[in-house]
Amino acid sequence: MKYKVKGMVLPVVSLVLAVLVSGVVMAVCGYNPFEAFGAILAGAFESKSGLAQTFTQATPLIFTGLAFTFAKKTTMINLGVEGQLLFGAMAAAVVGTIDLGLPGVIHLPLVLLCGILAGGLFAALVGLLKVKFGSNEVIATIMLNEIAALFCSYLVNGPLKAEGAVSQTERILKTAYIPRLASKYQLTFAFFVAIAACILVKLFMERTVKGYEIRCVGMNGKAAETAGIQVGKVMVTAMLISGAIAGLAGACHVAGVDHRFIENFSPGYGFDGIAVAALAGENPVGVIFAGIIFGALRSGAMVLNRTTSIPIDFINVIQALVVIFVAAPLLVKEILSAGKKDKKKREEKS
Amino acid sequence: MNAVEMKGITKQYPLVRAVDHADFCIRKGEIHSLLGENGAGKSTLMKILYGMTRPDEGEIWINGKKAVIKNPYQAIQLGIGMVHQHFMLAPVMTVTENIVVGHEPVKGIRFDRKTAENQVREMIEQYGFHISPTQKVEELSVGEQQRVEILKALYRGADILILDEPTAVLTPQEVEDLFRIMRKLKAEGKSIVIITHKLKETMEIADRISVLRDGRMVEQGLGLEQMDTNTLAKLMVGRDVNLSIIRENKGMGSPYLEISNLNLTGSNGKKVLDQIEITVHKGEIYGIAGIEGNGQTELIEVLTGLRKPDSAEIKKDGKEICGNAESFIQKGIGHIPEDRMTRGLVLEMSIEENIILGYHKREKFAHKGFLKGKEIRRYTEEKIEEYAVKAGNSQALLNSLSGGNQQKVVIARVFSQDPDAIIVAQPTRGVDVGAMEYIHNTLLDLRDQGKAIILISADLDEVRCLSDRIGVIYDGKIQKEFFPDSVTETELGLWMTGGEKGEEVKGQ
Repeated sequence: MKYKVKGMVLPVVSLVLAVLVSGVVMAVCGYNPFEAFGAILAGAFESKSGLAQTFTQATPLIFTGLAFTFAKKTTMINLGVEGQLLFGAMAAAVVGTIDLGLPGVIHLPLVLLCGILAGGLFAALVGLLKVKFGSNEVIATIMLNEIAALFCSYLVNGPLKAEGAVSQTERILKTAYIPRLASKYQLTFAFFVAIAACILVKLFMERTVKGYEIRCVGMNGKAAETAGIQVGKVMVTAMLISGAIAGLAGACHVAGVDHRFIENFSPGYGFDGIAVAALAGENPVGVIFAGIIFGALRSGAMVLNRTTSIPIDFINVIQALVVIFVAAPLLVKEILSAGKKDKKKREEKS
Repeated sequence: MNAVEMKGITKQYPLVRAVDHADFCIRKGEIHSLLGENGAGKSTLMKILYGMTRPDEGEIWINGKKAVIKNPYQAIQLGIGMVHQHFMLAPVMTVTENIVVGHEPVKGIRFDRKTAENQVREMIEQYGFHISPTQKVEELSVGEQQRVEILKALYRGADILILDEPTAVLTPQEVEDLFRIMRKLKAEGKSIVIITHKLKETMEIADRISVLRDGRMVEQGLGLEQMDTNTLAKLMVGRDVNLSIIRENKGMGSPYLEISNLNLTGSNGKKVLDQIEITVHKGEIYGIAGIEGNGQTELIEVLTGLRKPDSAEIKKDGKEICGNAESFIQKGIGHIPEDRMTRGLVLEMSIEENIILGYHKREKFAHKGFLKGKEIRRYTEEKIEEYAVKAGNSQALLNSLSGGNQQKVVIARVFSQDPDAIIVAQPTRGVDVGAMEYIHNTLLDLRDQGKAIILISADLDEVRCLSDRIGVIYDGKIQKEFFPDSVTETELGLWMTGGEKGEEVKGQ
């Protein structure tokens, strides 16, 4: 049976619970949770540079959260966002280094487009495998993640390796850079691209025929089939777009932050995207906020690392707890109704 | 003394008050029919009695003692048993295993199969059930499975039996058998509640009736003397209802929908549809009668482009129709799916989004890939009005609507797009009397407008009442065609179970 907790209640309560429980974990481990969360909050929001760092960290998470959400709308579980992101990044890094004599207004979009295509086609392959041969997309995407990671690793250690000790590609051309908002911060316009992507996806889902068909397939595939919607085609399309968003995430990271493909640059953005999507309740606009929250945790964690002795791994604890609580709406419901009963009792007593 | 007394039962759900201060009594040794439209609260009231839901207010007394029933386990302890509309059996296990599960006789720590089988055999003989305790449930017919469910309740010591829509899935002969069983149980002093909205059956089997309307008990424990189906319907709906609409067919047109040489082999290599040939004329309703699982579902799927047959010629107005579901819809074949929950509707979507489903690409609703939001809203509001769909507004989600109103959305969707031929399957399943009357009238209207309609229904009364011709399907074959007034219910029932062939087998 499906339990639904209304609108924003589930994510907010889940987040609060995750913070509380992780605070307890910290206390048990002998750290001061108030100090920790104080440091995280201050680090993420207090200064301009902290805020810029928050948004910078949020950018790939918003993209990957959106990518996961998109595929999920047709019930496809795209666990391959990580691999699609890597391919997108690699494509961007390659095209970015080619000197075609193009001006920035053409070169940068071309770079991003190649990232989109690389990620999209890689994901569409999974969709095709599922529709044509009935392969399970969860397994297929996880396996393809390995292939993507190892293939990219081969490239940066082999044919595309730049001079020096680090496994990375050559620096891309200046014309492929995403401009920064202010020269002293890492924050680029990619952040706004991510937000725009979320809003576009929302409009696409609600206003277009294709988006409508995607939602129908996701909510009742049989009814969609009966209505003459070609379910397989819709699923492949959804995977293509999901992968495209993941590819764009990778491309934006290369063109905006690292300016080259560095081996192991992603700390698992693709998988963090699942947490973001879960917290957002698979709502494209919610992804923006969820992404910023997780971005803040990461940016705050950097400060945490510098100013306190508290290990940065607690960020992962919080993130994992959020996913657990979001995935257990029944638990949240129970906790909420227990709270209500208490209130009733107290009212009765007084 | 009353076996069950429910007093002032109230159950509030977030949006509706499902049961509103209802009183309900069952006498010992009676068959009590609980009537009401869909969503009137019958199921909720019985779920409360069986411990599946807790009431917000009210008391329950069992055999004169006050009882608190928190879960079905406690209900069973109190001697209450329930046979659900959808059976809760494990198909791969034997009759015995299904019956004793949870209360198995044991020898040491081992399941004592022998004792269990003997106990079950004794019960089967006692009630004359004609099933074998060692048979697997998946090998039984629906009627036999139902008997297993009844035995399961009795094995657990039920004195009070709740039967939820027990006749919905049965053939006329099986219904007769069930009623025989019910009378026997009654003679033994068991009390039976039968939830139903089939009024003819209520008249036949029940001693007393109670009627729920919008959660309120409008009649409680009424005797059936001087009652007829029309008064019962009036009690249920709260207004006059005409259930036996027969409208003279003013004249059929020329052959319009011609189906021939239709064959389909199932995944197990068995023939599912065998050389089906049907011709439907303009302005004709062609009814297909049959027990579920004789190829109806597959026939519907082939006729709507959802399944590729081995061979088939489907012609509309002399022109061949082929392709996928989309092209069937585009070529003017409407489809009311047999199960609105799985094929008909997207329950988590709004009325607006459901009413355009399948027609959403039409210029009326979409332009250059964008949906025309305003136009769709205006259209939906118009259809809600026209088809009298009871809903808050056009954005209400389908799962907030009652079964009858959900079905009206499906009907409104298809009928409004002016299809030339319509495949209508189970149009009134799980629909209340009021909506049923409406849907029947609309179907007849369409027939009079000259549409060719194929009606597939498990409800024999419905098929007989609406159809201009009836084809009986058995084992994937149209066995025989009848005119409805030239055939009796028994005769139809016989053909539905294999016809004369079935008789021969029995005779041997």
